Amino acid sequence: MRFRNILALVLVVILGFFILQAFNISPEEGQLVIDEFGEAEIENRTAKLYINKSVNSSNQKVVYAESKNLESGSANMVTSVIANYRSLDTLGEVTVLFLAATGLGAVLYSNKKKERNFIVDEGSLILKTGIKILFPLLILAGAYIFIHGHLTPGGGFQGGAVIATAFLLKFLADREYELAEHKLKIVEVIAGISFVGLGLYGLYTDGSFLSNFLETGTIGTLFSAGIIPLIYVSIGLKVGAELTSIISNLIEA
Amino acid sequence: MISFLEEWSFFGGSILLILIGLYGVITKRNLIKILIGLSLMDTGVNVLLVSLGYVENGNAPILTSIIKNNSGAFVDPIPQALVLTAIVIGVAILALGLAVTIKIYEKYGTLDISKIRGLKW
Amino acid sequence: MTLLYSVLILIMLISGIAALVFDKLLNSIIAAGFVSLMASALFYFLKAPDVAMTEAAIGAGLTTAIFVITLRKTEGSESE
Repeated sequence: MRFRNILALVLVVILGFFILQAFNISPEEGQLVIDEFGEAEIENRTAKLYINKSVNSSNQKVVYAESKNLESGSANMVTSVIANYRSLDTLGEVTVLFLAATGLGAVLYSNKKKERNFIVDEGSLILKTGIKILFPLLILAGAYIFIHGHLTPGGGFQGGAVIATAFLLKFLADREYELAEHKLKIVEVIAGISFVGLGLYGLYTDGSFLSNFLETGTIGTLFSAGIIPLIYVSIGLKVGAELTSIISNLIEA
Repeated sequence: MISFLEEWSFFGGSILLILIGLYGVITKRNLIKILIGLSLMDTGVNVLLVSLGYVENGNAPILTSIIKNNSGAFVDPIPQALVLTAIVIGVAILALGLAVTIKIYEKYGTLDISKIRGLKW
Repeated sequence: MTLLYSVLILIMLISGIAALVFDKLLNSIIAAGFVSLMASALFYFLKAPDVAMTEAAIGAGLTTAIFVITLRKTEGSESE
């Protein structure tokens, strides 16, 4: 083995020992200790406030299909963290994804009119006939996942990935499939503007950016949880359009 | 033996995956193998974060018609929200890196970083 | 139960090492997809259904697809 490989191996093993020291700290006064595996105490963590839905008020008991007008209103606790309590971080993450998709389109731009060298082989007969039935069903499944994001596991990112998979199958079935990219751009732009527009409207009525200005109904029904379903619909359409445009740019150039 | 595996299997396994990915990024010479090592590091960090919030005999953090109120023990939902964001950002960075790789191959004709001018070890 | 988790973690580590050792690039891309599949199963056992769905859809599906598309465009099938 070369000298560089052995040196890298020694460096990585030393780094591993340093990382494992963080799990062996004996508890002293005021020092942060990592709990053992499987014994995380929720009572000492911030998650206690999010589970009881009582950051601003003092609510202690949440019952499915009975409690009305709670602080957050969605039955899925991870959704209420992403789209209600921490929605500013989700806005930052949507920005990063937008930046990556636009940067990829800018890097792969070429104004030489070269013919498209076929990088995929011609699809088989099963794929060609199957995709005609499966394509609207896949988009329907993706839309179901992000519309019901506050009731079942799911949400905007998962639904967007399923929609992008549907378009990838269509590219694989037919070698000469041309995607109308300006329609995708229009969908993405409208979804992005509506997300920020909801936030600005919350600033106008309630005094804080992205506040929940609709009323939260009974927990567990479809029309509940304020603006969380609206945020997830716009995120799902935006992520689906962006991942599709990433795949289309990579295939066509 | 069983108690050692119970305590250290998740933490140790994810830290080992991070170190394997780091070794791949430092040592390999093909550009696509460097990006595969980066993707392994991303997966290792995500497994480590989710396993920090596990409660023994806890339930998944969703209220359904079977688990009706929040008086039971729930798994910590905050690391799961962090990891959801991290997975999507990981794939965005990978896509941009692969686009730059395509352009490098068009200009230099090879993917070996010791032959590309300007990237010497 | 603990033995099941340990076996899954061991398979994940072995395929992670295999992804860096293989010579042909197509084989190492498939090994990286296998690591993502094992991570998605581990997320299910850690009682996190949202994260498991996201890792399966994005990590195992789209990452492998864009790696293979880039590989066909650069055609560096043998490597170091």
